[in-house]
Amino acid sequence: MHLIWYQLRKFVNVVRTELLVLPSRLVVFLFILVLLLLPLFTSDPYLLRILIQASIFAIFAASWDLLSGFTGQMSFGHALFFGVGAYGAAMLNLRLGIPPIGSIPLGALAAVLAGLIVGIPCLRLRGTYLALTTLAFPIIIIGLVYAFSDITGGELGISGLQRIARSRVANYYIVVSVMLVLVTIIWKITDSHTGIIFHAIREDEVAVRAAGINTTRYKLLAFCLSGFFAGIAGGLYAHFMRIAGPSTLIPSMSFQVVIWSVFGGVVTIWGPVGAVFILFPLLELFRLWPEYRMLMFAFVILLILLYMPQGLLPWIRDRIENECPRCKIRNIATRASCRVCDAQMQ
Amino acid sequence: MIADIIINSLINGSTYAMLAIGFSLIFGVARIVNIAHTAFYMVAAYCIYFATHKLGLPPVVGMLGGVVVATCLGLITYKIFIDPIREHEAAVLIATIALAMALQEVMLIVFTGDYLSVPALVSGYFSITGVKIFYQHLITFVAVLLILVILRAFLTKTRLGLAVRCTAQDREVANLMGMNESRVALITVGISVALAGFTGAVIAPLTIVEPFMWLHPLIMMMAVVVLGGLGSIKGSFIAAYMLGFAEALVVFLIPMGAFLKGSVALSIMIIVLLIRPEGLFGVVFEEER
Repeated sequence: MHLIWYQLRKFVNVVRTELLVLPSRLVVFLFILVLLLLPLFTSDPYLLRILIQASIFAIFAASWDLLSGFTGQMSFGHALFFGVGAYGAAMLNLRLGIPPIGSIPLGALAAVLAGLIVGIPCLRLRGTYLALTTLAFPIIIIGLVYAFSDITGGELGISGLQRIARSRVANYYIVVSVMLVLVTIIWKITDSHTGIIFHAIREDEVAVRAAGINTTRYKLLAFCLSGFFAGIAGGLYAHFMRIAGPSTLIPSMSFQVVIWSVFGGVVTIWGPVGAVFILFPLLELFRLWPEYRMLMFAFVILLILLYMPQGLLPWIRDRIENECPRCKIRNIATRASCRVCDAQMQ
Repeated sequence: MIADIIINSLINGSTYAMLAIGFSLIFGVARIVNIAHTAFYMVAAYCIYFATHKLGLPPVVGMLGGVVVATCLGLITYKIFIDPIREHEAAVLIATIALAMALQEVMLIVFTGDYLSVPALVSGYFSITGVKIFYQHLITFVAVLLILVILRAFLTKTRLGLAVRCTAQDREVANLMGMNESRVALITVGISVALAGFTGAVIAPLTIVEPFMWLHPLIMMMAVVVLGGLGSIKGSFIAAYMLGFAEALVVFLIPMGAFLKGSVALSIMIIVLLIRPEGLFGVVFEEER
């Protein structure tokens, strides 16, 4: 009995001192809670469909942030990984009859292979050169898809894939939990030793090399990791939409992920994920005015960026939280002194 | 067949050369990766359509109008959307993507998604040894060469051109030497967009005008810029004709070539980059810190 009370008090204490002290943590917690509990209150298939798609694209955007935000290897061709993942999963599922649980990871491995193939020629390129070169790869694949249409289905793509699960709600839970797990893994990667090296490569590659770190290996690792997660997103997308078509490879797909990530704030992981969950439903809302949909979307992006050039979510976070000048711990903006070291906040 | 390949590659190459040079100018001076560059090319093409079909003006007026409209639009959007956030490279990048999307959507709303065609400046053709050459092809090619010669003279012979090249080399030092960096950037944006508009204006009669016509040239333009070396006008010029020639060869010689033309041209670019990472004529700059 005492033990239960002790554990309960400990839990309440952790919630009070770790979770409730920062509004951003509370928001993330509530976001996950709402996402997981939503099907209990509504089973509106349209709403669930939007959230499933948003979850898939959230993985995609987070994987872009891992490669281009953290490691600084600007990629304009991220649709390559998504498309290869989608096509890989589709072919394995339809031609070899592998169920989604096997075809999605195997498709992602194909995307990793694509990451290696792209990564090796791109290792010597930097910045804008790299960005413009990566743009070329998905276009090359599109050309091949159209040219060998008896294998790839050409313009129509490969359709009739197996569903991930029978019901919409089961689909929802699978995709959302995969998204939460993968995004947590990506976030943990960026927080780990490897993640610090990724950071350092972005800031100053020469200095990292001078410190005796094989940057080539780490850059390839970043390409492979990012390709893997984007490939999983592609596989999920193919199995959810039950079709893998050339639309997964087109340049606007690559641009879309850049828009989401930069809009949400790069080098954060939570920024791109949050941005997808804001922008994707917003784009659906704009379906009310179908002709003006993309135009309004473009103007929202332009206007938000004009006032918050470092991204929407970091801007909001800076408004509600301050960093302690002495110990660099974040505090809610209403506090007059730091919660850890009691230093005066300006 | 051979004549067709040559004509096609010259026309495509000229388009890519003009676009790529404008793009690398704006990148060199203002450090803007302008995804919307070819969107202005589309705007100019639509202007000609509007002037000739809706207002009934002669094509020459439409052409000049297209260049002026595209340039003004470019300058205005630069002032409003890009200039305030120039310090944030990522933000500028997606601002230009959003701008291109917005322009595409505006054209889609105003002119619908129909495939439109534009009358040639001078109709008719002449033939050399049995090969038909349209006057429009000739005009396009000559106009592009003329513009490139003028641009080169401007960059190498005038004081403003010197300022543009200085700013491209080192922004801060150019600023310290008393060049108004932001004004140079504005002028460069104007020149670059005008080049894009001019390309659109001369090429419009030879292609189909539609709201998505900016995507393929955008990709090829970027490939040309990378292949030729960022900031090298000579490089862009040669790379543009190389890729134009490769595209034309693939289209005419390989079955299903129309699908593969982008793939082959981009593969060439990647193979060259494997051997020379800085492009054909690029200069290896010390890494900016």
